[in-house]
Amino acid sequence: MPLNIVVCIKQTPATGSVSIDPQTGDISKEGISYAISPFDEYALEEGLRLKERFPGGATLALTMGAVRAEEILREAIARGVDGVYHLCDEAFDGSDTFATSYILSQGIRKIEEERKIKIDLVICAKQTNDGDTGQVGPGLAAWLDWPNTAYVKKVEQVTDTLLRVHRMMEDGTDILEIQRPALISVVKEINEPRLPSLKGKMAAKKAVIPRWGASDIKADPALIGLKGSLVEIAKRQSPPKRAGGLKIGGATIEEKAKIFVDKLRELKLL
Amino acid sequence: MSNQDLSAYSGIWCVGEVRHGKLAPTIFEILTAGGQIAAALGQKLSVVLIGSGLGPWTKEVIEAGADQVYLIDHSSLEQFVDEAYAKALTDLVNQEKPRALFLPASTIGRSLAGRAAVMLKTGAAADLTDLSAASGSNGFEKGTLLATRPSYGGNILATLVNTRSRPEIYTIRPMVFPRSPKDSTRTGVVRNITVDPATWNLRTKFIAFQAESSNEIDIGSADKIVSGGRGLGKAEGFETVRSLAKALSAAVGASRAAVDSGWIPYKHQVGITGRTVRPKLYVACGVSGQVQHLAGMGQSEVIVAINKDPECPMMKLASFSIEADLYEFIPAAVKELQKHQS
Amino acid sequence: MLMTFDYGFTDDQKEIIKLAREIAEKKIKPVRAHYDETEEFPWEVIEDIRKADLFGVYLPVEYGGFGGANTEMCLVSEELSKACGGISLAVTACGLCAIPILLFGNEAQRQRWLPDLGSGKRLGAFNITEPDAGSDATATKSTARREGDYYVLNGLKNFCTNGEAAEIYIVFATVNPVRGPRGITAFVVEKGTPGFTFGKKETKMGIRASSTYELIFENCKIPASNRLGSEGYGLFVAQATFDFSRPGVGSQALGIAQGALDETIKYIRNRKQFGQTVISFQAIQHMMADCAMKIEAGRALLYSVNRTMDKIQKEAYARAKESGKLVYEEMRALNPGRVTKYSAMVKAFCSDVAMQVTTDCVQMCGGIGYMRDFPVEKYMRDAKITQIYEGTNQVQRNEIAMMMIKEYASQMVQKELLKV
Repeated sequence: MPLNIVVCIKQTPATGSVSIDPQTGDISKEGISYAISPFDEYALEEGLRLKERFPGGATLALTMGAVRAEEILREAIARGVDGVYHLCDEAFDGSDTFATSYILSQGIRKIEEERKIKIDLVICAKQTNDGDTGQVGPGLAAWLDWPNTAYVKKVEQVTDTLLRVHRMMEDGTDILEIQRPALISVVKEINEPRLPSLKGKMAAKKAVIPRWGASDIKADPALIGLKGSLVEIAKRQSPPKRAGGLKIGGATIEEKAKIFVDKLRELKLL
Repeated sequence: MSNQDLSAYSGIWCVGEVRHGKLAPTIFEILTAGGQIAAALGQKLSVVLIGSGLGPWTKEVIEAGADQVYLIDHSSLEQFVDEAYAKALTDLVNQEKPRALFLPASTIGRSLAGRAAVMLKTGAAADLTDLSAASGSNGFEKGTLLATRPSYGGNILATLVNTRSRPEIYTIRPMVFPRSPKDSTRTGVVRNITVDPATWNLRTKFIAFQAESSNEIDIGSADKIVSGGRGLGKAEGFETVRSLAKALSAAVGASRAAVDSGWIPYKHQVGITGRTVRPKLYVACGVSGQVQHLAGMGQSEVIVAINKDPECPMMKLASFSIEADLYEFIPAAVKELQKHQS
Repeated sequence: MLMTFDYGFTDDQKEIIKLAREIAEKKIKPVRAHYDETEEFPWEVIEDIRKADLFGVYLPVEYGGFGGANTEMCLVSEELSKACGGISLAVTACGLCAIPILLFGNEAQRQRWLPDLGSGKRLGAFNITEPDAGSDATATKSTARREGDYYVLNGLKNFCTNGEAAEIYIVFATVNPVRGPRGITAFVVEKGTPGFTFGKKETKMGIRASSTYELIFENCKIPASNRLGSEGYGLFVAQATFDFSRPGVGSQALGIAQGALDETIKYIRNRKQFGQTVISFQAIQHMMADCAMKIEAGRALLYSVNRTMDKIQKEAYARAKESGKLVYEEMRALNPGRVTKYSAMVKAFCSDVAMQVTTDCVQMCGGIGYMRDFPVEKYMRDAKITQIYEGTNQVQRNEIAMMMIKEYASQMVQKELLKV
């Protein structure tokens, strides 16, 4: 029953700290702060909980990103993962979801080789807070040729051969059984992430983090970075600012209510 | 990566979402978006439906603009299973070579697009809010698809292009495009695609669907949402929010603070770790408007804020701000709405 | 995140601050009003603190601790108290149980109880108060009758912090009522021991997330090996424990004060009256500055006293490990003067600051500050207890004065004074 798990996490700019530099049209570097993508916290937590529910396996964290992304791997150690791997190479820069999912798949193969284990489960978040695409998880499953389920809100059961998961749908819940090895993308509802432990933090400080480049993971140069990407960002712009609107006055609550309803009627919202 | 002959790919496909035996109305929005592109490129507009017992819908989608409907109809495709649907769709794509695929940015659409794109070795972009075909005048080759989507929680609008692989795959945010009008005189070709899922190496089994017992409107597809936040002060506050939602025929949303306080389930959460919505009307009751929340609803057409604090971000952003105690205002508003209805 | 003045904390201590602050923000703030309202014991938060390893920061690594001392305990307490002084108390009350075991326990006793207290697996409590023995602990009436290898406890203790929730209790009873204060002895009693039950649960003005119970002993038989220190040494055990635990109260008080000030400033920066923000009025600015000054004076006192206490604690523990003596004995050998005076100063000063600051915070916020759905009034209610427990601030002043009188009466000081 034990599972060897890889959780894919990403360091992203904290929401609210991002704006467009009007000079370059690129993301402004000023005032930007980085952290683990908030959705990934649930993926990480699920990896740790599954290890606690079905002891005997290892839960590992994997990221692709700049040198500074090492911080989130240390955070993962502080929360209790058994090992972390950093895919870091200038050649990865500019990867779209297609190239990223390829690079991650090669990273997972390399982890299997390095640790001489078979990975049973890869956990991704349903999406990141920067790209918001939600494509990397399913794409990664396709590269690995593993079955996958997205929007997982519960891992009900794990047996030697399969996982039974609950998928959050717009109109209810789907229950699916998925053979190991598999990939799931999880939603926030699945758990409540823990904070790091003091002992974990101390271990994180000392940890030496393996950093793998394109050649370490035997990545095909044609499939990575800008060259391997298929979708390019042609233009970035700030969304039009919303102008502040009308204050609904009125001497009494009833008057305010009436003006409110009149406005909705005017706008054909009733 | 592109050793494809891109010019061999033609036709715009709108992939409908058949969820738990029902065709989601998002197909009609996608037909609008895809129809514009098909017209601009002078290509055929097709609908692809995957599921079981699809026949009844062919007429509807043809009337809504499809020139052609592909039906991948098989009893074992009754429910959405990532691998199975991806296999069905990609086999058909490989055979027919369409230029672009549009899917709804729903659970099914986004799951399917991500997996299918890698299987087809093509690029995908998610959650479009705008789409056009370049006219050739603004630096893009004529006919290039310009796909706009919000990223970084709505702080950035990015325009994406895919000039390197086919078919282009896009998911489209619900409630952004209008539904395509119905024309009962339209005709189209129906193509039944025979598949044999038993021969596929499927490793996922659909066990059951548990329908949500409530008859609440889902926030993802609602055109009106009434949301409650920390300012409600207590779980019972959602009864007040619900009364207004009911009077407006709106769905009920919530801020993270309200969800984290256990006042309402997560599926109602709007915002960065919740869901992104873009209704015509968003009424924020006691929601102060943290950036994380604004990221999820800032693109709503009309925003109404009800709050005691006139200085909070939501009140400053709102199209209409009402400085009031929501426990006094909402009952008064509900009464007024009832007057209006009768 | 507010910058705090760095009193020369080590990197490890800074990690403790960061982690405790994260727990306060993410795990305590969202639920503090709930526990204040319901007076339930905050088990969920306890679990979070436990998982974060923050229970035993002040204990030696041999017992699963982090190898720190008073400073570490105070850092945890201060940060958690910024969010809720009631919830933070669950942690420091365990310290109040562990400290006497560390100081007066033999190796077997330390091995038996400290690891669970240090990991938070079992909570601890310390109870000296009785209905007729509050500030005057010498009036203890509970009895412990020796019967062979056992003691039989009888009596009623009250106002026990962590009562019912805790599993390990330090309690005081007299082995010989005739001997008065010299009969009082410390014992460790575990929850579930026959004859040990809980009485009334108190409802309180503040720190309502903390449980406060009566403990009832009716022919409660405990092994003699549960006695801490010698017979008749109870008041030494209590006093030596307070010497090290009172700064903990000080840190709780300062956390409460800072938490109140942070909430207040957040509010008055935005609140507008007479067309300007409340924070822009000079009358308010002076109040703010006074609050900040007092808090910082408290922190300067707290962490400088702690630094010396840490040294004594760690050194005494290292020596005791070598010699096999009690940690307390080594401590006396190292520092015959004791730290009572300074420890009392920290406790009284910081808790007085907390009361003044939280009262002023309610004032600065005006009407909203007085309302239960705004977080500031709770700080004021929570602050009050810090002036009362572990010895009222009047008792602290008595002790400070008593030490001064003794010091000035000593021959050495007399000689020094004559010189001038």
